[in-house]
Formats: sequence, structure tokens, C-alpha cells
Amino acid sequence: MPALKHPQILLASDLAGGEVVFLGAEGWERDHARARVARSEDEAAALESFGKAEIAGNKVVDVYLADVEVGVDGVPTPLHYREKMRLKGPSVRPDLGKQAKGGAHDRS
Amino acid sequence: MALISDGRFVEDDWRRLADEEALPKSGKVVVSLARVEHALAHLPEGVSLGVNVPNTTDPASLALALPRLGLVEIAFPAFADGRGFSLARLIRRAGFKGELRASGRLLADQYAHALGCGFDTIEIPDDLAERQDESQWRAARAAHARTYQRGYVAPGSILDARRKAAAR
Amino acid sequence: MTAHDPGLARPNAPTTTYRYDEFDAVFVRERVAEFREQVRRRLEGSLTEDEFRPFRLMNGLYLQLHAYMLRVAIPYGTLTARQMRRLADIADKYDRGYGHFTTRQNLQYNWPKLVDTPDILESLAGVEMHAIQTSGNCIRNVTADHFSGVAPDEIEDPRPTAEFLRQWSSAHPEFSFLPRKFKIAVTGADHDRAAIMVHDIGLRILKSDAGEIGYQVVVGGGLGRTPFVGKVIRDYVSRDDLLAYLEAIMRVYNRFGRRDNKFKARIKILVHEKGIDEVRAAVEAEFAAMDRSVFSFDPAEFERIAAFFTPPPYEALPAESAKLRTQGVEHPAFGNFLDMNVSPHRVPGYAIVTVSLKPIGGIPGDATSQQMRLLADASERFGFGELRVSHEQNIILPHVKQDELLDLWKLLDGAGLATANAGLVSDIISCPGLDYCSLATARSIPIAQAISKRFSDLSRQRRIGKLGIKISGCINACGHHHVGAIGILGLEKKGQESYQITLGGDPTFSASIGEILGPGVSAEQVPDVIEHIVDFYLAERREGETFIETWRRIGHARFKDVLRREGEDGADI
Repeated sequence: MPALKHPQILLASDLAGGEVVFLGAEGWERDHARARVARSEDEAAALESFGKAEIAGNKVVDVYLADVEVGVDGVPTPLHYREKMRLKGPSVRPDLGKQAKGGAHDRS
Repeated sequence: MALISDGRFVEDDWRRLADEEALPKSGKVVVSLARVEHALAHLPEGVSLGVNVPNTTDPASLALALPRLGLVEIAFPAFADGRGFSLARLIRRAGFKGELRASGRLLADQYAHALGCGFDTIEIPDDLAERQDESQWRAARAAHARTYQRGYVAPGSILDARRKAAAR
Repeated sequence: MTAHDPGLARPNAPTTTYRYDEFDAVFVRERVAEFREQVRRRLEGSLTEDEFRPFRLMNGLYLQLHAYMLRVAIPYGTLTARQMRRLADIADKYDRGYGHFTTRQNLQYNWPKLVDTPDILESLAGVEMHAIQTSGNCIRNVTADHFSGVAPDEIEDPRPTAEFLRQWSSAHPEFSFLPRKFKIAVTGADHDRAAIMVHDIGLRILKSDAGEIGYQVVVGGGLGRTPFVGKVIRDYVSRDDLLAYLEAIMRVYNRFGRRDNKFKARIKILVHEKGIDEVRAAVEAEFAAMDRSVFSFDPAEFERIAAFFTPPPYEALPAESAKLRTQGVEHPAFGNFLDMNVSPHRVPGYAIVTVSLKPIGGIPGDATSQQMRLLADASERFGFGELRVSHEQNIILPHVKQDELLDLWKLLDGAGLATANAGLVSDIISCPGLDYCSLATARSIPIAQAISKRFSDLSRQRRIGKLGIKISGCINACGHHHVGAIGILGLEKKGQESYQITLGGDPTFSASIGEILGPGVSAEQVPDVIEHIVDFYLAERREGETFIETWRRIGHARFKDVLRREGEDGADI
């Protein structure tokens, strides 16, 4: 099984709400720490295939794989600065987005 | 393919004729632009002729043929490619009175645009017809009671309604 | 006309902008219902995302980096106090308590949900607002001079024309699936404050020799990947012919604009590749062939629209307020505001106020819902309940009595809205950039903030004088960096954000596209580079010369030399 150059996770946008979501073990997660990490091409293909089905099922849009590095705590962090931003929110408003307690989409 | 006419899926009277296929003795056939001049020159009496044209066609190239055609079908290579709407306008301006048909992956949401520009019918692939049934086409057509523009085919223009209201 | 309209916040308030009649009101409600149905069909799968996208965009809804973004139309940048309050309410109810005013006079919400958007549009429709065609390959918001109706150098208020075009372009059956977006701007004064020379179509109102109002028509201007200054296609089109002429242009563009490459699909490329003469010939031929008798132009209808923009009941006042000068001296901060943010008004005793949404170190163009409500209140207290949004991302109060300027300033100052920097180096225009936008290649807002802080000293800013810095976070140039005296473009270089600086841009009638200064620099280096450029300008300028005048006189090469020398010295480049 060919290994990937970098491990990867699958990102998408929730169709109804617009939030950035990550494919986890059982479904979509809002927290990237719970994202499923692919280390081989087959694993990456499996992520993509699930993502495509979810697009067809009108759950998410804009599905794609992003290269990550995995920390000692097992948490994947994207390599590119653009995807790093998607994990957090606007750098100029630390009170908004996932970086804020509860996140922008938490209306509780 | 499915054909939408007046908000309903209808049977298509017209048959597309491949370039290598001979003209029939009767019926309604649609030929390619390359063939139309020759077909008109050899048209049997019982045959109605239509032409399928790309959306980049120069209307002037059809000018002589138009009065003798029963159908002009304009291909939409993609629903977001709006050239067919302008071409339809120009073909109507050239005096064409026959059936003007849009053919491609058009969406129900474009029905009013197509009708506005002078199309009569829309031909779409079956998979689209399955997802966007007649009720969606009729609903989309009825989305606006009136349009802001004049000179397009429409239930009525806002300008005319305003003039009427002001005249009272 | 509207004296007893229950929809008005203050009955019997004079109208100073267009008000919907029953047909306009029905139209926006139909549009909301149509979109609600489109959302339903999207969620259940009748429409795929590719199919839904153009209709989502034509109702102003983008999918951005963190969330959806809704762009609300503010036609020709004019809104009423009631509308501003509704924008504030929507920000609180459906978003995160703020909005962003854009370089096309619109407002953006950054956190709406798709499922809530039909309700948001319905709320907007309740105050005669919408998000129709603020995105998509169609005719966008028609923008106009933000000093319309009140500028001393005005020939005719461009807003009736803009409103006329707004209606004509709404849900157009033929022109809703263009090769690309289409932007129209109208100006009606000696000075162009609407940047018409860098729009797809720019209209300049002028008077013919016979004294009749008509339009000079410019086409093919545009920014983005390949910026161009527009070219005159016709020196004069009469009012009667305007709609027909524009239809001719649109038809030529719709037919012949490129469809093979998204980055070569604007009309500016058509003009560039075919030449203005060929495009003009095609347009004139189409114009001649059209049947104008069925056309939409109706002089009575134009007059009906124009009547909404008649001047409000100004008081008869002396040209200059007696106490204003003293007040400026007694309150130095107010004096600065007077000097920088207050512009002459065509009516004696009045003034145009620019409310800066660029506090030092702040996010350019953002306003909280509280600030929006305060501005709404201020517009009612100090000016007939009308506000404007400028393409420079500031708010304009267009009818303030000079005698009331101090009271207004106190109100604004209390809300952080009195930064006296209009047109100065900290009045930066910036797109949202990578902090929000999925198209961006780099962040733009932190760059604006850093420059703003570096030049925070107001007396220093005043010494520098008017200097427009414009920042875009990607090549799409929504920050209009190409026409900034100093422009900054955020790119990616070797996995890092990198900033390319241009000089010499000009958005006015003397339009020019900025020239690149040198290789991109890091975010940390940008404030230093800007300082070096500004210091060099200060050293070289002659009395009263603006930045662009100095730059044009001494040449771009001299500026490049300065930066290169600085680099060789090992200084902060």
C-alpha cells in the first residue's frame, strides 16, 4: 500500500450551516482533533469516496484532502496556512470562529 | 430526452436526423446547420424541416433559411452559458415565427429566462427531468408576475403596469 | 407620494431616495419566495451544488473560508435610517453583531447559515432591501458617487440613473448568464468619486452643447488579474437612448465575451483583444438594428424615479456657520475632524460628513450593530434620515447643518466613529482577505492594521496629506489595489504570505494602474516599506503636490531606486 507523502485529513463545508467540518471516525466533526488521518493512498481514497457520497447526499459541499502533520498528541495540523486558518477563524477576530469558546456556529 | 412545452413534459414530434441519414418522405426532422441549405434545396413536400445550431451561430447565416424552417433548436453546452438567450432574441428579431427550442442541461430556474427571450420549448436530458419535474418548471415560470424589462416575452412588464396605474 | 406611508419610521418625513411602489415590493417578495424554494430544492437534492450555485450567488450568498457570506445590496450606496437599523437587527439575530461595508457600497455578513438566508432576505424585503445580483455572472450593484445630490461640483445627481439601471438589470431574461460578472458605475460631477474608469461600463453624466443631459459611455475598465482603464465607446448618448445603448453593449458582450477561460471572460478582455474600434462597431450595429420602440425607456418613468431624489427641505442658512471656526479652535480634536472629514455642501450652511470606519488599528469597513444604530440615529437627528456608503468603506452623512457639526462629532466620538482620517494614510481600503475569503491568497486586514498603527499620529498623517492605500488579499483585487496611490497585493511565495507593492494608481478621471515596486516582501516588512516610500515622497514633493503628482513627475524608477538602495544598505527591506 503506497504511503502518502504527508498524512491527510478530509475537509468540507456543511451545506445547511456553512461551517468547516472534518471527516472523523463515524461522520463529520467540527473539531479537527477528531479528524480521521489517512496515511496511505487507499485510506485517502476511502476518505474521498465517503466525502463524495456525502456530497451526493446533500450534507456537505467543497470536499477536499489537505496535507497535515500529526503531533505527538495525535492531533493533525494542516501544513498550509490557508487550511490552518480554517481550523481557527479570522486571525483579526479571536472572538469568532472555532478558535472562540463554543465557536461562531454555537448559538447556545 | 424530455421536452417541456407550456410547463408540461410532452412528446416530441420532431426527430433528429443524423447527417448521413437520408431525408424521409414525411414527418418533422431536425438537421445540423451544415446540412440545412442542402436539405432545404431537396426538401420533400410532406417534410417539415428544423435545424440544430450551436449557440455561436451568426443569425445572418440563417437569414435565408428561417422563413422555411419549422423549428430552430439552439444548443446550450452548459446551463451557465447564456449565449443562446441572445441568439434566440436575434432569431426572433429576424422574423422567425416557428418553434424555437433550447436544448441542453437547462434548469427549471431558467424557464422564465428562456421564454422571455423567445423560446417555446426546452429539451433536457432525462436525468435532469427526473430531478426537476413539471411542477418545478411551472413554479419557476411563475416566480415573477411581471418583469422589469420590456420587449421580452413576459406575462407583463412593471413599466406597463405602472403606466396603467398612473392613467387611472 | 409618501406622506402617510406607514412604512416610514417617521411619518411625513421627506423622502430623499427611491421608495418602492407596489410593483417593486411584490418583486422582492417574489424573489424571496423563489430563493426559499431553491434552498428547499437544494437541501432535498433536486438541485445539485453546481446547479444551485449561480442562483445562490445571484441572491448574494457565497461560501467562504469559515462560513457562508451574504452580500446585501445597498443600491448606489444610499440607505435610510430605518434600513440601517434593520441591517443592525439582522446582524444581531442571524450573524455575529457586525457587518462589513465593501468597496462596491454593499454590506457583507460573514456568518449567515444557508437555511436562515431566506428569512434574512425576507427581513430585508420588509425595509425595501435585497441581495439580488450582488454576485454571479450578471449585472451587479450599480454604484454611484457617494456625494450624489449634495456635492458642489455636481452636474446631475447620478442616482436616478443608477436606480433606473438597477430596475432594468434585475432578473434580466437575456443577461443573467453572462461570461462573467458585470459592474456599472455612474458619476455626475466634475470629479469622479465612483471610479467609473475601472468599471465594465462607466457612465459620466454631462450636458450636450444644446444643454441636454446625456452620458459619456466608457467600457472595458476593470481590476483583477489583468487591470485595464476603460475606453470611451461613445462620447455622448442621450438619456432617451441610454437603455437601448446599454442593451446593445450587453448583447455584444454576452455573445462574444470569452467563455473558455474564467480569467479572460470580462468585457475588458474583449476590448483588449478585439480593440475598442471593433467592439464599438459591433455595439453600434446592434444599436442600429434594435427596435427601440418597444424599449423600456419612458421619460415619464425616469421622471417618476428622479422625483424621489429631489433635495430635502433644507433651511435657508448663511453660507458659513458663525460659530464653527471658534468651535474648531476650542475643541482641537473636533477641529481636526472639521479639517479632514467634513466636505463642502452645495447648499449654504450645510456640510457633508465622512464617518470613518477606519479607527487606528481597526478592521477597515467593519461596523458593529450598535454603531449602525447610532449612525441611524445620527442621520435622523442630523440629516433627514439618509446615509451613504462610499466605495472607500466609510459612511457618509450627506445633509448636516454646519451649526450641528460639533454635536454630531460628540455623538460619533462617543462611539469610536470620529477618527479624523478621511483620505489620509490610515484611511486604508482593504478587502477582507484570507481572514474571511476563500479566494484569498494572503491576509489583508492585519497589513492594514499594522500600517494604520505605524502612522497613528494624526499630525504626521496630516503632514503627509491625502494618500490612498488600498490592499487586496488576492489577484481578484477587491481591495482595488491597482488604483491605490500605494497598492498592496497579498500573494503566496514559498508557502508564506508575501506582499507586492505598487505605486501610482488612480481611480479618478485621470485613471492609471499602479506599477510594481519590486519583489514581494513579508508582512513584517510592509510597514517599513510604506514608511520609506512616504518619507521619500515627503522629501521630494513640491508645495501642494499629492503623492500621485510627485510620482508622475519624478517617475517610478526613482522610487524603485530608493527601495533598492535601502536594501543594499542592509536596512529593513
